[in-house]
Amino acid sequence: MKRMGRTRRWTAGAAVVALVLTACGGGEGDAASAADCELGATDGDLNLYNWADYMDPELLAQFEEEFGVEVTEDVYPSNEELFARVESGGAQYDVIVPSDYMVDIMIQEDLLMGLNFDAIPNVDNIADEFAAPPYDPDLEFSVPYQWGTTGLGVNLSVIGDVEPSWDLVFDPEVAGELGGRISLLDDPRETMGAALYWLGHDPNTTDEDELQEAADVISASRDWIAAFESNQYSDLLLGGETVVAQGYSGNFLDNFGDDEDYAYLIPEEGATIWTDNMAILADAAAPCTAHTFVNFILDAQNGAQLTNWTYYASPNEAAEEFIVDDVLDNPAIYPDDEVLDNLFFLEDTGDSERFYTDFFTQAKS
Amino acid sequence: MATTLEPPTGEAAPPSAAPSQLGLERDAERAESRRGFLIGLPSLLYLVLFFAIPLGIVFVYSFGNRSRTGRTILGDWTLSSYERLFSSLVMQITGRSLGYAILTTVVCLLVGYPFAYYLATRPPKVRGILLVLVMIPFWSNLLVRTYAWRVILGSDGPLVQVLGAVGFTDVRLLFTPFATILGLIYGFLPFMILPLYASIERLDFSLVEAARDLYASGWEAFRRVTWPLSRPGVIAGSILVFIPSFGAYVIPEILGGSRTTMLGSYVVLQFLSARDQPFGAALSMAILAVMLASALLYFRSGAKDVG
Repeated sequence: MKRMGRTRRWTAGAAVVALVLTACGGGEGDAASAADCELGATDGDLNLYNWADYMDPELLAQFEEEFGVEVTEDVYPSNEELFARVESGGAQYDVIVPSDYMVDIMIQEDLLMGLNFDAIPNVDNIADEFAAPPYDPDLEFSVPYQWGTTGLGVNLSVIGDVEPSWDLVFDPEVAGELGGRISLLDDPRETMGAALYWLGHDPNTTDEDELQEAADVISASRDWIAAFESNQYSDLLLGGETVVAQGYSGNFLDNFGDDEDYAYLIPEEGATIWTDNMAILADAAAPCTAHTFVNFILDAQNGAQLTNWTYYASPNEAAEEFIVDDVLDNPAIYPDDEVLDNLFFLEDTGDSERFYTDFFTQAKS
Repeated sequence: MATTLEPPTGEAAPPSAAPSQLGLERDAERAESRRGFLIGLPSLLYLVLFFAIPLGIVFVYSFGNRSRTGRTILGDWTLSSYERLFSSLVMQITGRSLGYAILTTVVCLLVGYPFAYYLATRPPKVRGILLVLVMIPFWSNLLVRTYAWRVILGSDGPLVQVLGAVGFTDVRLLFTPFATILGLIYGFLPFMILPLYASIERLDFSLVEAARDLYASGWEAFRRVTWPLSRPGVIAGSILVFIPSFGAYVIPEILGGSRTTMLGSYVVLQFLSARDQPFGAALSMAILAVMLASALLYFRSGAKDVG
């Protein structure tokens, strides 16, 4: 058996080299070009790659029935995983739903197909606020799907009526009095972002002094921050372990239900707005079905049905008349204009991303 | 594969000497070797496919570059990810992980040894029941059991209430280093007990009796007979506890509230947040090197002592 050692190692080595070579080859994305598709045309079954619990199954059934194609939906837990999956090529998906900054990255990487709006006339339904987002100013490659904010979930029965402010997590005189029952997200961009809003800085800053300042704020808050938690923050709040928690709007609202002891607040110093967007992969196998699907979701009634199901806000203005009042009149889902003006997108900071990660890691431990 | 079975010329017996017998022997050897190879093939394939190749990819990626958008650029190889391993932040996190892992190993040994000794000296029937009790926790997933600790350690949980009743008010247990280390000890204690049990159970207790007959005190007999003979179990158990504790991710994330970042979490952060695969890969390689080095050191020191 001993003699076989060499062969074994060589085989493994060759396989690694082969794999690396394929990986290198896959890196060169196809140039993005708009597909030549007629309105309502289909050219095969649809493969959708989406976040979990983010699509009403009824809608997919309706689409299948109306256009006579089959839809297969796979889900991913994070933008980074989505990116890793499609970046290497060979992922057989047509429509994906990346968040704002990831759209920007995917455009730069030539992963997305330019959209042909002759096949997506429903793009006119999109509200003006979402027609020129910073990550894709002319909506050349993406159309918004749903949107929400990152703010604070609070237990009103413990903290009483409070101003919606980041003071609740950073001010020693407010947060320090809450007995250490606060959680922040375990996310370098969102959590550093919160400190940057509180300091009055740009949440997308690349200035190392400002980042250091934000890290110092988080570090000083460790006395009363129970945990940095991105998955269970809502459960901890509802279970009484925390009384203030940073997190995502839809997630809180979904979990709070009708319980009036809990509320979702958008801090007045500024908060993060995010969108998830439909985009078509440059190497989609069924680009026309994909266009038809995007147009289908942007339909007023379908868009409303989606929001009534997800409890996230719709960028579809025409859909609003079909959205249930519970959702539409909830300022936590549809904030008023004054609050809207104070919401910011987190943009990719390129090489500075690692500073966010390292300053944040340093600050929290 | 036939070509690789050809004996190397140096070792080969002169074929002309006793052709028939040697030939038969060689055939048998070949058949044996071929059978061994075939039996080992599935696990070999498994290891190559799911261990060697992925590890090779991690190794190659650790020399790559991060593009501005967070893609990994291969080619243009660099050592810069490895240089970052020496930053004060990484050193601090490594120091913490090492400290926690060593503390976990020592406590597991202190708790596990007497228990394994007790276990090994019970009558077979009791032993069977006790062994099953040690293994029962494995019947449910570690993740679930760790979440259960969240409830136990929570600020409204039983432990805090008991402490409050005896006068320690405002104690915080959950999301502290204490919670993390407790979780690690809880999670990995069976890995200490089982190999310890295996080596103590095999111990010939008449040797201990002989030591006592020769007027060795109980402690003396333990120190000079029982302990050296159970060293293989101590070594195996310590390695089985130290290695997963050092790279732990799930337990510190759930019980530490991410306030006590250990290396495992820092690696995950590179892949899922900073999109810096080369640095994450370099960190993984470094962890692997530390684990390999400590395992080798431990084995070597153990082997010397046992003789």
